[in-house]
Amino acid sequence: MVEAILLMLGLGAVCGSILSIASKVFYVYEDPRISQVEGSLAGANCGGCGFAGCSSAAEAVVKGKALPNVCIVAGSESAAAVAAIMGLDAGTAEPLKSTNTCEGGLRAADKYVYNGIDSCNALVNFYGGKRICTIGCLGLGDCIKACTFDAIHMGSNGFPVVDEDKCVGCGACQKACPKDIIKISTMSDKLLDFNKMDDALSPCAQTCPAEIDISKYISQIKFGDYAGAVSTIRERNPLLLSCGRVCPHPCETKCRRGIEDEPVSINQLKRFIADFEMNNGKRIPIKCAQPTGKKVAVIGGGPAGLSCAYFLRRLGHDVTIFDMMPKLGGMIRYGIPEYRLPKKVLEWEIEGILNLGIKTQMNVRLGTDFDIESLVASGYDSIFLGIGAWKDYKLGAEGENLKGCYTGIDFLTKFALNQQGDSPVPTVIGKKCAVIGGGNTAIDCVRTLKRLGAEEVYIVYRRTRKEMPANLVEIEAAEHEGIKFVFLAAPVKVHGDENGNVKQLEYITMKLGEPDASGRRRPVPVEGSETFIELDMIISAIGQGPDISFKKEGSRLADLTTTRWNTIGAVNPETLQSNIPYIFSAGDAYTGASLVVEAIGGGRRAARSIHLYLTGKEIEPVPNSLYKKYIPESIFKSVDGIKKNPRTPMPELPVEERIKSFEESDLVITEKDALNEANRCLTCCRICYNKDL
Amino acid sequence: MTEYIVFAVSCILVNNILLAQFLGNCPFLGTSKKMETAIGMAMAVIFVLVMAGAITWATDIYILKRFDLEFLRTIAFILVIASLVQFVEMFLKKSIPALYTGLGIFLPLITTNCAVLGVCIINVQEEFTFVKALVSSFAYAAGFGLALVLFAGLRERILLARVPKPLQDTSIGLVTAGLIALAFFAFKGMA
Ligand code: SF4
Ligand code: SF4
Repeated sequence: MVEAILLMLGLGAVCGSILSIASKVFYVYEDPRISQVEGSLAGANCGGCGFAGCSSAAEAVVKGKALPNVCIVAGSESAAAVAAIMGLDAGTAEPLKSTNTCEGGLRAADKYVYNGIDSCNALVNFYGGKRICTIGCLGLGDCIKACTFDAIHMGSNGFPVVDEDKCVGCGACQKACPKDIIKISTMSDKLLDFNKMDDALSPCAQTCPAEIDISKYISQIKFGDYAGAVSTIRERNPLLLSCGRVCPHPCETKCRRGIEDEPVSINQLKRFIADFEMNNGKRIPIKCAQPTGKKVAVIGGGPAGLSCAYFLRRLGHDVTIFDMMPKLGGMIRYGIPEYRLPKKVLEWEIEGILNLGIKTQMNVRLGTDFDIESLVASGYDSIFLGIGAWKDYKLGAEGENLKGCYTGIDFLTKFALNQQGDSPVPTVIGKKCAVIGGGNTAIDCVRTLKRLGAEEVYIVYRRTRKEMPANLVEIEAAEHEGIKFVFLAAPVKVHGDENGNVKQLEYITMKLGEPDASGRRRPVPVEGSETFIELDMIISAIGQGPDISFKKEGSRLADLTTTRWNTIGAVNPETLQSNIPYIFSAGDAYTGASLVVEAIGGGRRAARSIHLYLTGKEIEPVPNSLYKKYIPESIFKSVDGIKKNPRTPMPELPVEERIKSFEESDLVITEKDALNEANRCLTCCRICYNKDL
Repeated sequence: MTEYIVFAVSCILVNNILLAQFLGNCPFLGTSKKMETAIGMAMAVIFVLVMAGAITWATDIYILKRFDLEFLRTIAFILVIASLVQFVEMFLKKSIPALYTGLGIFLPLITTNCAVLGVCIINVQEEFTFVKALVSSFAYAAGFGLALVLFAGLRERILLARVPKPLQDTSIGLVTAGLIALAFFAFKGMA
């Protein structure tokens, strides 16, 4: 027995000494970070990450071959710790999740007969993966077989569905998919994803300026997943309540159903789902990435600024919004009247965004209370200029400075300030009022005047109703409310009385000539057709531009490139970076007065560029970008199999009732109507759609 | 010479360590999902087993037998093999990093491979000469590799087939392994 023990001890000692000598002799320098990283991994040596044990995984991280979230067992804390050791930005520490980008598969009529081996890869090798859709899922489920975590299953429609909770982001499915449809990505990647030429996109999603995945949220509504629908919209658009009310829904013009029937009422569905969240009282949680320690100043708290701030915050940056008004919202608060977008709705929406941890500085004006120099000195790494378009264009007619003459934005803002209790100055209106212009601001002014009790309200526009840039629903609503339209009329002069008050508007009748640069027919005056209208108030709302008075001599901003419309110039319309590298811009300040949803999309685009700037990456447009173009194969001339079914009309307050108050005039559709409308959607992708049989 | 060839054939086919002696089944099932992995594992086993065969043979003859402590074989061999693998790992990392990365996780996996221990014990129990022990180690390892590669090929095909849910993955793997073992049984006739 003693011998045995001695022998084993001896053998152990020999082996131990040989190994310790060997470890000296065969010593290989190893980056000390490898052991640090290894210490932060789970230590299970499971190989689930695809590397041979934890030390190999740690080595791969240090060599830059794997991301800090390589360990599928240890979770996000370990990933953050590894990112810190590697000095990487926290974005790379977020958990990866797999997503199936093609939700088609068996729906399209382009299925072909195949009886070979049950494998997408085999099919691709055999047929070159041919099918009519260039990107579509083959549906044989190689990804499902590749997943060792049972996180993908074949959905009832015959395409793979990922279970987010089970997915550990190992990427096996992505490697197995021969068509690049299953992709693993982090939340930040998704927030920064823009429409690309080779994406699986429906025509409506290609048109939406905010690039919302419309067919996805509509199908979520269809299947009763309301919370999911809210999150889908919010992945691209943080202002769903406002947008659901005021967006002129350009997406509906390209809706595939509209080719044979009537377009799906996309925006009413958005409003329905947004109101669902608000009325439910429970906010759906929004995740943010780990803090990056970078500070961004967002100047202007309108839709562009709010959207940019929201996305930057979710990407982990520290954001402060600076705004000259007492409350956030910009034009959607001060330019859009209460009956279109109630302030309490806006309040709820903005509160949700600020809850992410965005700071605000109200009542401060760029160029007066602070400037770029002071922001840079206080440590802001980047600046977003979303100053909107607050300056009305002048009419250029004699007498426009008489008492009783106003400009549109000025009038609406003063009224909104007083209505919200931020200003004691009441709005005085006339009895007979005219608003000059044909855009949404002009319509907002007339409808506000009507509600304030004006007896006669005119719209004076120099082209015809067909050319009016305002939303059609708004024009119709104004007509119903008894607004008088004077078309083909260009103001020449405002006549006043002996006290300097407005008395008459003199205009000249126009006729339409050849189309001009904007494509609209140019109005030409008809000689000797001067006409007078008796008035006591005139509002000119003929267009707006940004106020760039902050560009003072000697300041840094003096060098900022601006256009002849006073908008801020960008080096590239897709990156929105200005000629001063750390300044970015979007929204009305960049485009000139435009749609809310355009500003929201622009805010996100700018957030992407700012994120790239802050993480030291090249600021380039999205590769293969779709930017305001269409995927040609997705635009059809006809769509078969549509059973006609009219779209849900918008419920509204009766005219007599609505002109008496500022109550919201457009109402939300009922759940039954919403489900019916969602069922009208064909759930389109590039070329496949559900036939409505 | 012929004697050695016949002996090697018997180790590879007739007495195949995996399919006739049923040793080393965990790496057999664990590393046979992909051909690449299977080949890697087979190489690593051949490499380590030849070395372990030599060293354990020497340990047995010069230490254990001399002190009449054969009953310590298993435990002593485990110790020796584990240290050997560690040593080889360090050596490869320094001198042949390409081979080291190529073998990857398989080298440490072998530490717990009962096929390796099994062959080493067979070598001494059968009282092989040193040369014969080397041939046996190599041939058994080659047999292991052969079975592993064959099995990996089958499993790659099975992955594409429609297998009933309860039988998927390891279950069908075990059934298949049993069937190959039956097929290998036919080699018994050669003995
Ligand atoms: S294979 Fe794909 S779905 Fe499965 S766990 Fe890995 S990344 Fe997630
Ligand atoms: S039918 Fe639905 S998915 Fe297709 S374009 Fe219209 S809204 Fe979009």
